[in-house]
Amino acid sequence: MYKILTMKALNPTVMQMEIESPLVARKAQPGQFIILRVDEDGERIPLTVAGTDPARGAVKIIFQIVGATTYKLSLKSEGESIQDFVGPLGKPTELEGLKKVAIVGGGVGCAIALPIAEKLHEMGCEVHSYVGFRNKDLVILEDEFKAASDKLIMMTDDGSYGRQGVVTVPLQEALEAGEAYDEVITIGPLIMMKFVVATTKPFGVKTTVSMNPIMIDGTGMCGGCRLTVGGKTKFACVDGPDFDGFEVDFDEAMSRGASYRDFEKHAYDEACNLFKKEVQ
Amino acid sequence: MPNMSLKKNPMPAQEPEVRAHNFKEVALGYTEEQAIDEANRCLNCKNPLCVKGCPVNVPIPQFIKKVQEGDFEGAYQVISLTSSLPAVCGRVCPQETQCEAKCIRGIKGEPVGIGRLERFVADYHNEHATEAPEKPASNGHKVAVVGSGPAGLTCAGDLAKKGYDVTVFEAFHLAGGVLVYGIPEFRLPKAIVQKEVDTLKTLGVKVETNMVIGKTLTIDELMEEYGFEAVFVGSGAGLPRFMRIPGESLKGVYSANEFLTRNNLMKAYRDDATTPILRAKKVAVVGGGNVAMDAARTALRLGAEEVSIVYRRSLEELPARKEEVEHAMEEGIQFRLLNNPVEILGYNNPDDKRDPKNGSVIGMKCIKMELGEPDASGRRSPIEIPGSEFVLDVDCVIMSIGTSPNPLIKDTTAGLEVNRWGGIIVTEETGATTKPGVYAGGDAVTGAATVILAMGAGKTAAAAIDKQIMGE
Ligand SMILES: Cc1cc2nc3c(=O)[nH]c(=O)nc-3n(C[C@H](O)[C@H](O)[C@H](O)COP(=O)(O)OP(=O)(O)OC[C@H]3O[C@@H](n4cnc5c(N)ncnc54)[C@H](O)[C@@H]3O)c2cc1C
Ligand SMILES: Cc1cc2nc3c(=O)[nH]c(=O)nc-3n(C[C@H](O)[C@H](O)[C@H](O)COP(=O)(O)OP(=O)(O)OC[C@H]3O[C@@H](n4cnc5c(N)ncnc54)[C@H](O)[C@@H]3O)c2cc1C
Ligand code: SF4
Ligand code: FES
Repeated sequence: MYKILTMKALNPTVMQMEIESPLVARKAQPGQFIILRVDEDGERIPLTVAGTDPARGAVKIIFQIVGATTYKLSLKSEGESIQDFVGPLGKPTELEGLKKVAIVGGGVGCAIALPIAEKLHEMGCEVHSYVGFRNKDLVILEDEFKAASDKLIMMTDDGSYGRQGVVTVPLQEALEAGEAYDEVITIGPLIMMKFVVATTKPFGVKTTVSMNPIMIDGTGMCGGCRLTVGGKTKFACVDGPDFDGFEVDFDEAMSRGASYRDFEKHAYDEACNLFKKEVQ
Repeated sequence: MPNMSLKKNPMPAQEPEVRAHNFKEVALGYTEEQAIDEANRCLNCKNPLCVKGCPVNVPIPQFIKKVQEGDFEGAYQVISLTSSLPAVCGRVCPQETQCEAKCIRGIKGEPVGIGRLERFVADYHNEHATEAPEKPASNGHKVAVVGSGPAGLTCAGDLAKKGYDVTVFEAFHLAGGVLVYGIPEFRLPKAIVQKEVDTLKTLGVKVETNMVIGKTLTIDELMEEYGFEAVFVGSGAGLPRFMRIPGESLKGVYSANEFLTRNNLMKAYRDDATTPILRAKKVAVVGGGNVAMDAARTALRLGAEEVSIVYRRSLEELPARKEEVEHAMEEGIQFRLLNNPVEILGYNNPDDKRDPKNGSVIGMKCIKMELGEPDASGRRSPIEIPGSEFVLDVDCVIMSIGTSPNPLIKDTTAGLEVNRWGGIIVTEETGATTKPGVYAGGDAVTGAATVILAMGAGKTAAAAIDKQIMGE
């Protein structure tokens, strides 16, 4: 069992937790993830390590409530425990030698991008962060991003905060204005990353995407997380989760990601109903 | 006077129509009378050929003699001399190519049902043994075991009995290796595996789950920081292979590992499951080994109307255990032999790019094969018959064409050498790897093989580790 040390809501659907796992806290690097199960018989779900505090043995995760498992996780309280927690999995994001980088995050993807921005900042790299949210209420980690970036561009779909529009607009403008990034690192919904890649490709700026296919083991033994990258089959859990954005087959990844949509909807409704009954 | 019947006592089993719809064990096991009657078919040969066929040389006639006498617990003690997992091996060993292939009674008629007797004896012990094994006095030496499949469990057990302080590190949340995530409940009830793990715990073995060695901790850290004097690597051969044909990433294409893990480890078959699995109508399983049979029969039990095994050679070359092939046939699995897939076809609605069915499997194009000259493995190699392509109507494809050792440990352990196929290189007599203090065995060394070989390798390494540490 793994204890929940701290817990707080970052916005109505995104929560942050610190889980006690000294070994993971000691080892995890930006870009790596963990897999957890909330309870016995629960599903295994992957979440990115959003930060660590090795002295306290704490591993920070930030997750959006999107379905049954993340919902069940959100119902836990500080001091309670979760069943399983394993990691760190996947390869760390390669950051060595970078001097100027654009971080492009969307929604909860910003949580995954933050430790990368922080690490780059710490290395003395110039960091420009382009972060996008649907509206003002959903904005998360603004102060943290400010602290880790030389320039922060805040976007909302409806214009209720920051500038109105999608993140690719200011990114395109910057590239046109001659910003010379060593690399663009983008993390968010597949569709957003696909558009980021379409934006950077004409400029030939190396673009790294963080892929999040459905996983089970996270160690390379099921192949469920496979992607087509440069015409070759790759397992996101061991070969990634970061890949060269110009090579990834996004359409295939989007199709595979929807493999269990009906089941997921049903499971979410069940979990919510169960909770409502318990509350009554 | 021995029982001279030419046939084995048949194994009581669930009826095919019934078992095709449940996940309970298919074979039910002998009664005491059946076991004694079958044991009486054994001639107690002076020079027992069966023992030579057994990879770990179980004293077969000796244990069968105890069964003849009705001393079932005594029989168990005899098997225990050389085997650690009789309840498992009695169920899953390919006896027809091992002990039973050599049995003298098999020359005229059927061999003695050695596997069935082994299973009977082990089940009898598990039901009747009352005294828990005692925790031996500690000898103060620490050994780490990586992986909790049959190789790791056996190595851990043997060392614990000698007083070693053993810790097993397992990547998954549950111990057992292929025995829990791969082989389905209907062939090997998980309670049996759990019992083996629990017995180890009473012997003092610590089982640490959620530990991916190479990620959470490395082998060097185990030895240098945690004080383990030796490490046994029994990490299996879990990396699934794909065919590299078009369409393999469509929705509804699984590796057998994924399909079986979802079903067995994550219990996707249950009504209250939290992990999803595709409930397909028409399923093709590509391959012909035990894994393919397990995947096919699992798909059937999940409600598929039609399940086919697609295999590129003929019935004779099918590598699966004979009993599993027979059971699969009885249950209505179709065998499409001498066929090879060339492409998996997907649905694509030209008028609606957002149609959720887009990207789902709607068929598999195959080509017919014929057998040519024997290849390096001695089996006749399959050759495509030009122009013989046809499309199989399926909505799910399960690739079961083999697995290789996972490179994770090799990549994170300096000095640990592997061969061309990724198998860890060891000295056969000891299991010693190229890295001092590190031993390996089971599928991690041989590539996908059998439970009994993995168990044997665990035993060999345990003896060598004992010698290394005590010899110092
Ligand atoms: C490497 C990686 C890192 C991730 N990091 C984060 C993170 O830091 N924060 C965060 O909020 N989300 C993250 N995700 C996504 C997160 O795993 C899913 O949101 C979660 O599994 C949903 O589970 P659910 O039962 O609540 O929802 P469900 O209703 O089961 O599914 C909702 C959505 O999540 C996807 N999903 C479902 N099961 C899995 C699974 N086992 N593995 C991956 N995706 C799945 C589905 O495709 C679906 O689109 C990450 C995913 C991966 C692969
Ligand atoms: C579906 C299926 C059916 C089979 N049927 C039969 C049969 O009928 N008869 C038969 O004899 N054989 C059968 N086999 C083969 C047999 O199960 C294997 O040969 C045997 O289990 C190998 O044992 P092992 O201990 O070497 O490895 P495994 O059983 O594979 O166990 C390895 C363990 O190590 C863990 N691990 C891997 N990497 C790490 C790491 N880095 N850190 C920590 N832990 C790790 C894995 O999670 C796993 O639990 C079957 C195999 C499958 C898949
Ligand atoms: S070869 Fe057959 S008959 Fe002879 S001892 Fe072995 S099991 Fe008995
Ligand atoms: S999650 Fe199973 S191989 Fe990647």
